Amino acid sequence: MASISTTAPATSDEGTTPSPEPAISLEGVYKSFRSGSETVHAVAGVDLTIEQGEFFSLLGPSGCGKTTTMRMIAGFEDPTEGTVRLGGRDVTGVAANHRDVNMVFQSYALFPHMNVAENVAFGLKRKKVAKDEIKRRVTEMLDLVELGHRAKHRPTQLSGGQQQRVALARALVNQPAALLLDEPLGALDLKLRQAMQVELKRIQREVGITFVYVTHDQGEALTMSDRLAVMNNGGVEQLGTPAEVYERPATRFVADFIGTSNLIRGVVRGDVGGVWRVEIADGATALVAGSPDTVTSGTHLHLTVRPEKIRIGVDRPGDDVSAVQGVITETVYLGAATHYQVDIGGGEEITVYQQNVSDSAPVAERGATVWLSWPARHSYPLLA
Amino acid sequence: MRNRKLTPYVLVLPAWTWLALFFVIPIGGMLSLSLTTGNVITGFQQTFEVGNYVNAIGTYWEQILRSLFYGGCATLVCIALGYPMAYWIAFKGGAYKTTYLLLLLLPFFVSFVLRTISWRFFLSDNGVALGPLKDLGLLPEGFAVLNTAPAVILGLAYNFLPFMVLPIYAVLERMDPHLVEASHDLYANRFRAFFHVILPVSLPGVFAGVLMTFIPTSADYVNAAVLGGTDNTMIGNVIRTQYLVNNNYPIAASITFVLMGLLLIGIFSYARALGTERVMEVHTS
Repeated sequence: MASISTTAPATSDEGTTPSPEPAISLEGVYKSFRSGSETVHAVAGVDLTIEQGEFFSLLGPSGCGKTTTMRMIAGFEDPTEGTVRLGGRDVTGVAANHRDVNMVFQSYALFPHMNVAENVAFGLKRKKVAKDEIKRRVTEMLDLVELGHRAKHRPTQLSGGQQQRVALARALVNQPAALLLDEPLGALDLKLRQAMQVELKRIQREVGITFVYVTHDQGEALTMSDRLAVMNNGGVEQLGTPAEVYERPATRFVADFIGTSNLIRGVVRGDVGGVWRVEIADGATALVAGSPDTVTSGTHLHLTVRPEKIRIGVDRPGDDVSAVQGVITETVYLGAATHYQVDIGGGEEITVYQQNVSDSAPVAERGATVWLSWPARHSYPLLA
Repeated sequence: MRNRKLTPYVLVLPAWTWLALFFVIPIGGMLSLSLTTGNVITGFQQTFEVGNYVNAIGTYWEQILRSLFYGGCATLVCIALGYPMAYWIAFKGGAYKTTYLLLLLLPFFVSFVLRTISWRFFLSDNGVALGPLKDLGLLPEGFAVLNTAPAVILGLAYNFLPFMVLPIYAVLERMDPHLVEASHDLYANRFRAFFHVILPVSLPGVFAGVLMTFIPTSADYVNAAVLGGTDNTMIGNVIRTQYLVNNNYPIAASITFVLMGLLLIGIFSYARALGTERVMEVHTS
């Protein structure tokens, strides 16, 4: 994935080597602190490798350790245990001002006593870059974030979205090995946030710098990232592309946290040609493809199915798909789609999203008995 | 009177009344008093005698300059001591910030005059501080601090230190800690982070602290009277003597206005030098 760089990053020589070092790697990183008499792990054994030029997200609920992980990459926190590498170099214990990464803070942290251009020039001045080059690069960067006309304004005179872009320019102008973004869009309203998501992707493509993006917003992480790590309780639950994480959640937490997922209790009853037959609800059979070898007959498990993968209909489907009968308890008409809640017995409810493809009436009304079906490849076993 | 347009005026009335009663009327009275002639027995006549001002400056210019000099020195001592204290409490105080602030203010529960007098014992020629040093031969026998200019400046700085610490502390405490992190992130070491970010952002606090120490120290008379002896009289002592001993109200009032005028000129030029926008702006994250 070659990226066209408009600013000729300092690392362009390394870019030609066949297998560049990963931009960032964390090896067995722990961050612990004492709370009273017990030790709390904010980050508990994280192993991560982030490639050059990648848009990588750390996704998780608040308190999951994603911000602490990022702060250890930036150099604001030292890991209690483990190694942090930037471009292959061990930087564990190296102070933030000696690391070739820059950060965009959630509060932006723009210097209030400097104007926009001075804010952006701050890092270059500390690096003793020549005056006319600072001027050129600041102008170029302000043009990239479309704030050239605001160079002489104070940060307080700008809107939230503009301040955000100044913070971005202030970090990017240094052409860092990686840019760290700590929930950068959190303070913006929905419309502006969506616009900035597109903007961030554009800028990342143009400069070709590795972006590490911390967010609790799964939609943001899915739409923007090349890869993402879902974090919980200080550890990485799953690492993969957005499609992998969404389509094949590895743990119950991931299935729950990302999008809406149906979790159905079941018992393994047998194996037919590599497809497990799982008994769910009151005797219905679900098919699960490619289940791990550890599953044997009689194993209790949960399986996950995304609501949009399920077909809803009145006729009994064939034996080649998972099928369960249920009663509709709720229908929600949303224009483009209709959401159904279906009681399948055994105290379990399944959510189904159905696209409204034709102008025909809804498939079924509340109280109707329907068949739900989905292909084996759309349900995944969770043993936890 | 159910006119909605009048409501704001009615609401602002108490403030205006307060200002009129305790600011405009006294100042006006003083101004008129400074332009009278006569004495306390025959009474003062409003003669618009500008000669009082000429007289005041001509006779007491030395004390006026000395007051501004002492006030300025005391203010500098307050910045030198107060800024590190405020910095330390705001950034390193942790859970004990309020305790440290209380410790700072604790001596001020004792009367101002009493505190100043206690410095007399502390600084006396063979007292707690100088006595042992003289016994050890570290200081010559004739060495004295009491009744010298440094004693007055020291007393002033001591008495007004919290007025410097508190406004600086308030600004530092409110500062977004991410600003300091951002400066480190942008390759600034601790030294540069302080001089390029922390200090400039805290300037409004320093400005407020300077106002709150320079004005009262320049006009103070207790420290000069208690610690300064006869050769270090400040303008406050002169005003006090003219009012309370000589009953020469016109001259006392005109000295007061001269001092006030000089302080205002000083403060405005100081604000200009720092940049009014920067000083008046209250920076929040």
